Amino acid sequence: MDLLSEHGYRQDGRKPNQIRNINCRLGVYSQADGSAYLEQGNTKVLAAVYGPHEAKQRSRILEDQCLINCQYSMATFSTSERKYRPRGDRKSTELTRHLEKTFNSAVLTTMYPRSQIDIFCEVLQSDGGNLAACINAASLALVDAGVPMRGIVSAAICGATDGQPCIDLNAAEESANIPRLTPCIDLNAAEESANIPRLTVATLPGGDDDLLLLELDHRVHHDQLEAIIDAAVKGAAQVHACLQTAIRKHVSEVATCLQWENS
Amino acid sequence: MSVEMTCPLDATTASGSGRVSELKNMVTPGGRVAASAGFMRGHGTYTIDGDLHASVAGVVEQVNKLVCVKPVKSRYIGEIGDVVIGRITEAQQKRWKVETNSRLDSVLMLSSVNLPGGELRRKSLEDELMMREYLHEGDLISAEVQQLFHDGSLSLHTRNLRYGKLSQGVLVKVNPSLVKRRKTHFHNLPCGASVILGCNGYIWISRLVNEQETHTGGYAQNLDEVVPLEERQVIARLSNCVSLLASNRVLLYDTTIISAFDISLQYEIKELLKVDVGAEIALEVRAKLATETQ
Repeated sequence: MDLLSEHGYRQDGRKPNQIRNINCRLGVYSQADGSAYLEQGNTKVLAAVYGPHEAKQRSRILEDQCLINCQYSMATFSTSERKYRPRGDRKSTELTRHLEKTFNSAVLTTMYPRSQIDIFCEVLQSDGGNLAACINAASLALVDAGVPMRGIVSAAICGATDGQPCIDLNAAEESANIPRLTPCIDLNAAEESANIPRLTVATLPGGDDDLLLLELDHRVHHDQLEAIIDAAVKGAAQVHACLQTAIRKHVSEVATCLQWENS
Repeated sequence: MSVEMTCPLDATTASGSGRVSELKNMVTPGGRVAASAGFMRGHGTYTIDGDLHASVAGVVEQVNKLVCVKPVKSRYIGEIGDVVIGRITEAQQKRWKVETNSRLDSVLMLSSVNLPGGELRRKSLEDELMMREYLHEGDLISAEVQQLFHDGSLSLHTRNLRYGKLSQGVLVKVNPSLVKRRKTHFHNLPCGASVILGCNGYIWISRLVNEQETHTGGYAQNLDEVVPLEERQVIARLSNCVSLLASNRVLLYDTTIISAFDISLQYEIKELLKVDVGAEIALEVRAKLATETQ
């Protein structure tokens, strides 16, 4: 199955450099310190942030910075086939680590020594780009909780077909087989990997433009890598614009209620 | 059991301000606040290449050269003299650890509490052994912030007869930025209940305390005493009023709570938990406040 039609459109009618619709809301839970709900196309994610609070496990306390504790879980009904282990399986543990690493470098952890921040992400509906959607939702939840960060973390997933990068994949595209890549890729390697190469990046657009996460599935020739990274970073920048709009709207609303505009 | 369903409320009507216009002095994380030259870095900012950038989403505040960004929601940031409500989490040597919605647990030293009965003397080893008798894990206390430590934790004291262990009542947790800092945070409301508005967003509602009782030193905890039904209903109504004001983001102080209580009298207590009823009451409270300030 080809990702792109002969006219250069994808199955759902998007162009290769187009992201899916983003719909999000901040402050969905009253009990959590910060929370957010995010839809990226049909991928739906809830994120909740608790903290910074006193670290509950003495052994994990860091004297000079705060500990970031994440949990990635997928609801049992999130995939087309029912999942029996919502968390704790290999894939979830791996994604949990990715979340922790990403936010360890985004949050200004040295401001909160001996504390802990818990981030819980739950995928309600899985339609590709789960890690990217979770990072985006967790980023919104951290902003809602008032946790200081170097910027709004935005993530996007990018795949390559025929050497052309396609950002923000949905599930059908993620499972697509790729019969051929550009000639520059070693064909044996391409035959070995049944799926297309996928790359997830998390960036801090606006601030110092750092890459916080770079996660590549399957092999890709290094000549192509730069183009894929470039496309993914551009996709993340598009996501960033959406997130920022949502945050500005939310902050305006709350600040108006608190009558802060007079001060 | 009957189930009632309502359609989602339009957020803008509930906030009472109609259409929300975007604030001018608002920033999001990573956004540039000012060039560093001539400015001091305050809370909620950090520097990249000499420029000040925001680290939280909120409103820029500038005092002379100091530039801060104040987030709309965060954990409680203590200030000396604040009245707080907290829960004892741990009894250690000569100190209790108190959970106060701050980023680290607060400390209540044995030397900064009044002994039961108001006795004034140095605390001895016996007192240290008796610490669990005074305050046990899980007990709620009201206290005042005495000191801020450099790691961000707070030191509390209860050296006043108003402070001490809390007995029977209801605790409502709200966002700390909703509690307005005022001269007094202890209120005996005319509706027949007393309220302590903790600056940390913990609000304690209990039956009316008379002046004589409060002077016992704050350790009397009579859990066998039965609070009459009428008083319990007032307390329940007040706690519902506080939570509906908080969820509609109305600042909490004595005036707003009293007016919410008065307006809520046309509804049953359980009806106050409905989103639409809550929004309506909050709207009326806002309107009443606006007419009073004019």
